[in-house]
Amino acid sequence: MLIKRPDDIAPSEITPRSLFGRRRAFIKAAGALALAAGLPAETWAREAFPGLQKSAFSTLEPPNSLRDIASYNNFVEFGFGGKSQPAERAGAMKTRPWTVTIEGLAHKPRTFAIEDILRIAPLEERIYRLRCVEGWSMVIPWVGFPLHALLKQVEPLGSAKYVEFVTHTDPATMPGLRFSYLEWPYTEGLRLDEALHPLTILAVGLYGEALPNQNGAPLRLVVPWKYGFKSGKSIVRIRLTDKEPKTTWNLAQPEEYGFYANVNPEVSHPRWSQEKERRIGEFFKRKTLPFNGYAEQVAPLYAGMDLRKHY
Amino acid sequence: MQPNPQQLSALKAALFALCLVPLAQLGWLGWSDALGANPIELITRHLGKWTLNFLLITLAVTPLRHLTGWHWLIRLRRMLGLYAFFYALLHFLTYLWLDQFFDWASIVRDIAKRPFITTGFTAFLLLIPLAATSNAAMVKRLGGRRWTQLHRSVYAIALIGVAHYWWLVKKDVTLPLLYAVLLGALLGFRALRLAKERRRQLAAYSRSR
Repeated sequence: MLIKRPDDIAPSEITPRSLFGRRRAFIKAAGALALAAGLPAETWAREAFPGLQKSAFSTLEPPNSLRDIASYNNFVEFGFGGKSQPAERAGAMKTRPWTVTIEGLAHKPRTFAIEDILRIAPLEERIYRLRCVEGWSMVIPWVGFPLHALLKQVEPLGSAKYVEFVTHTDPATMPGLRFSYLEWPYTEGLRLDEALHPLTILAVGLYGEALPNQNGAPLRLVVPWKYGFKSGKSIVRIRLTDKEPKTTWNLAQPEEYGFYANVNPEVSHPRWSQEKERRIGEFFKRKTLPFNGYAEQVAPLYAGMDLRKHY
Repeated sequence: MQPNPQQLSALKAALFALCLVPLAQLGWLGWSDALGANPIELITRHLGKWTLNFLLITLAVTPLRHLTGWHWLIRLRRMLGLYAFFYALLHFLTYLWLDQFFDWASIVRDIAKRPFITTGFTAFLLLIPLAATSNAAMVKRLGGRRWTQLHRSVYAIALIGVAHYWWLVKKDVTLPLLYAVLLGALLGFRALRLAKERRRQLAAYSRSR
């Protein structure tokens, strides 16, 4: 039961088109039932994104199930008490109306409504590996678009060198904020060239539908060659700066979490060897690849840097 | 309250079965496909938590005896202690087999380099002599005094066990703190009694002169 052989499963077998359609019909029916029962419908039916473009950046590895992706999360605003807490608690988060403010070193800083962001670029399906610093990994069929498409809208100044990402805080729905283990809001950052890299996306969905709240709805960062904690969830503010942003985990435990946090099997974390990882759904651990298998695309960004020092 | 021999053996049998419930829970979760996305992590955590629970329960027997006067409770202590070892052994085997799959090189590196694994491994090693000397024959062979001295190492083992948990968690130390407080209370009770006993003896000594 523990031993699954995903190699035997073709991606097409996982969500056949016809079933997918029926599943939506089922969800709609279930949503109607839920409405009748006085339950919030959002927790059932999620917005679908039809006509997604395929991407050459997608991996051919079989994706993890929606159940695994949406039930095993680190989203500390919803609690530090285990991976199932976000799924149990994030339903209360309001994701509409939602705006994202882009500010700082830009010619045209402005605030975008989420509806406008969804129209900035064609939405693509990006099937990426996700590697958590804790030693597990998944394959996730994100829906999103390159971050550079959004940054282009505000025309960054030549002096902009870094991008800071600030995420949502709402004490009413996020019990994790009561803990002062981390400095809130959860803040992450990238160098501008990392942010503009075509692999870096803003995800708005997965498996062809809007993101479940616990996965960072309505809009999250996905940087597939870095440990998962770099990819901030439920983003509300993006700031272009000339200084390296102070990032949340780095502030809390600098010896454990660096600013770069590139997936690197040769630099071990004090608590977890990073040489191997357990792909969720698999029994045997697999070797972790440099830059999470995206070395070909991103290694040049770090030419000449000592990645043991800049971990 | 003093159970007769039949009642005591019935009580022991019931306790024996009750102590298997945490293991049965895992079986049930596996059967109903409810071990979650990362079953190995869940199993490891569950067994580790119950090792700590049984260590604390075992350490609670003496304070409970003194507070209630139910001295027959001591008759249950060996079983509770052995269950602590049983869950520690399963916890360790889960790490060795399910998590690392006998990758000895990686296991040795883990033990040497990761403080939480170093402490966990140390605590497990220190439990082995206690489990091995738990039967009546060994008590006789060692002599009561030496046996008691050896088995006092369980205080240190419990402390190391809590440190193991403390260093494992990323940031939220609420639960490790709870274990530390409970352990502090259980050990503090002993220290207080020892101090009181000493004062009583000193007083008796000075009176006798």
